[in-house]
Amino acid sequence: MRALLLGAWLRAGRGLPRAPGSGRRHREHRGHSGHSEHSEHRPQAPLRQKVSVEVLQHLEHLALVDFRDAEGVERLQKAIQFADQLHEVNTDGVEPMDSVLEDRCLYLREDDVTEGNCTKELLENAREKVEEYFVAPPGNIPLPKLEEQETFLQGSQ
Amino acid sequence: NGTSQSSSLCKTTSNTAKSSRKIVFVGLEIHAQISSNSKLFSGSQVQFAAPPNSLVSFFDASLPGTLPVLNRRCVEAAVMTGLALNCSINKKSLFDRKHYFYADLPAGYQITQQRVPIAVNGSLSYSLCIDSKMSQMVTKTVRIKQIQLEQDSGKSLHDDTRSQTLVDLNRAGVGLMEVVMEPDMCCGEEAAAAVRELQLILQTLGSSQAVMAEGQLRVDANVSVHHPGEPYGVRTEVKNINSIRFLAKAIDYEIQRQIEELENGGTILNETRAFDSKLGCTVPMRDKEGKQDYRFMPEPNLPPLILYDAKSLPANMNHQQVINIDWIHERLPDLPSVKRKKLVEQYGILPEHSFTLLNEEGLAEFFESVVKQTQMKPKKVIGWILKDLLSYLKQHSLTVKESPVSSFVLADLLNLLEKKEISSTAAKQVLAELWKGEGKTPLEIVKEQKLELLQDQKELEQICQAVIDGHKNEVMAIKAGNPKVLNKLIGLVQKKTQGRSNPVLVKQLLEKKLSG
Repeated sequence: MRALLLGAWLRAGRGLPRAPGSGRRHREHRGHSGHSEHSEHRPQAPLRQKVSVEVLQHLEHLALVDFRDAEGVERLQKAIQFADQLHEVNTDGVEPMDSVLEDRCLYLREDDVTEGNCTKELLENAREKVEEYFVAPPGNIPLPKLEEQETFLQGSQ
Repeated sequence: NGTSQSSSLCKTTSNTAKSSRKIVFVGLEIHAQISSNSKLFSGSQVQFAAPPNSLVSFFDASLPGTLPVLNRRCVEAAVMTGLALNCSINKKSLFDRKHYFYADLPAGYQITQQRVPIAVNGSLSYSLCIDSKMSQMVTKTVRIKQIQLEQDSGKSLHDDTRSQTLVDLNRAGVGLMEVVMEPDMCCGEEAAAAVRELQLILQTLGSSQAVMAEGQLRVDANVSVHHPGEPYGVRTEVKNINSIRFLAKAIDYEIQRQIEELENGGTILNETRAFDSKLGCTVPMRDKEGKQDYRFMPEPNLPPLILYDAKSLPANMNHQQVINIDWIHERLPDLPSVKRKKLVEQYGILPEHSFTLLNEEGLAEFFESVVKQTQMKPKKVIGWILKDLLSYLKQHSLTVKESPVSSFVLADLLNLLEKKEISSTAAKQVLAELWKGEGKTPLEIVKEQKLELLQDQKELEQICQAVIDGHKNEVMAIKAGNPKVLNKLIGLVQKKTQGRSNPVLVKQLLEKKLSG
């Protein structure tokens, strides 16, 4: 669900607001601490960050998203650049926030059986079923490589 | 403690001519299903073997618009387990999403605790027999890295003929405690002993029934080997282990495989392998090639889990919404190690005996019940429990509960023996008859089979004299300084009395007569 959101947005082909030239080279690093006080003094990073073939394949594999063609990859790069604006903010010494609800009390439920027994209802959504089991393909089907994208396109529609 | 490598205990450090001593690291990731009525984040029932997809709520099926709601009982189970394993309980712990695609994980992610789990830095002590006779035990410790709460996945049934997978979500969302043990173990035997002890602890606490056969306890092993002084070896993960026995086998096989691979100049791949119980070996798992990137992210639908203790208890909060660690600590039952110590102290039995008593469900209670009902000393009773009762039960694959001989009946029998109304040989005969479970009392059997000890001293003396008179050669041998021949005469008296004579008394009488 969440993974496909990005793909749908890309395919919709909406234009991206132009990101200020502050795209960072090290976007793959997690937990990157803000060095934004230096950004004005850094030489301008190139607008187009190259997303390598390996990174692209990795992302497609993880999110089961198909970036389709060069235009899709281009939009991905622009999306990354846009998100990189977050690095402008100095977050030194600030605890990351998980959600706006993180100060709320976590509700604890009593250990009573209150749900279930709706097999019929659940299976109504299934395209295929066998005697009250959901049917899925065997194991995980490996994604085709980037070069084979054309054939994948034909097969997926 | 910790990283001590007493590999003298581990037979797997090979003594082949080629290899020098290898250091083996075995770590474990154990998933224990929490014993609760409903699931971790939903109100559907937890039950083994129900019609497929009948115990599944909309949340478990990951239908849009559903949200997780944390089950209080599951948190308590994790806190109890953490305390029993000497962990620090994190008063604030967090939930995260671990993303991967598989048919039995409908949401595409598992809710777990990757950043800050509920309990950390504990330890588990377990014991091993040094020799095969079970007469010497040594205590070892393994560090517990952490315990985290997480969801179980559904079950996949692979139908290779029709090239499809059938999915049952009954198990999806059931609460799990993942217990991570540091690589302080060095062989299959140690790992098996540690898991067995954890199993007993969980069952004592009631936080998990931990029955491996029903998938309530699942163990993955991480194994690596290296030469002393060289960098740590690459580790492999071994999955699909269905019993404690197979756990030891799988680990020992993997250790041997890695040692041989390295000796032949090969390399170990950082991979996941499955244990094939039929072939007794580990094989690479399909679908798990390459390193997984789980893209952990905070679970946005669950705020942090806050736990309290006596000091930090909030004044005005609803009772039901508060979990007090100290309250739980005070109510922990005696752990197996404490129970064993008490048994040894109270009854004067050996530590090895206490292990066997606790290893069989209900056996310790049976033993204590017999001791209460008989005058025989516990040190003598234990022999009857461990040798006669237990071996019979094992032979017939019965549990203590299913024993045809109750503690009352056994105590009755032991009383007859203690009062010297029957000999111990006769007692064993009576027991054999009692196993048939025909409802006869020990006394009835004794009378039926005429097993009472002869009480008439005069008659016994006469028989002894008769035996002495009829075996001049043996008498001479005894008088010449060979006392062991006396046993033959005792045996002859036993035969004449059809086992109804007290051997101690017979010996005394014979010795008296022969000394004259």
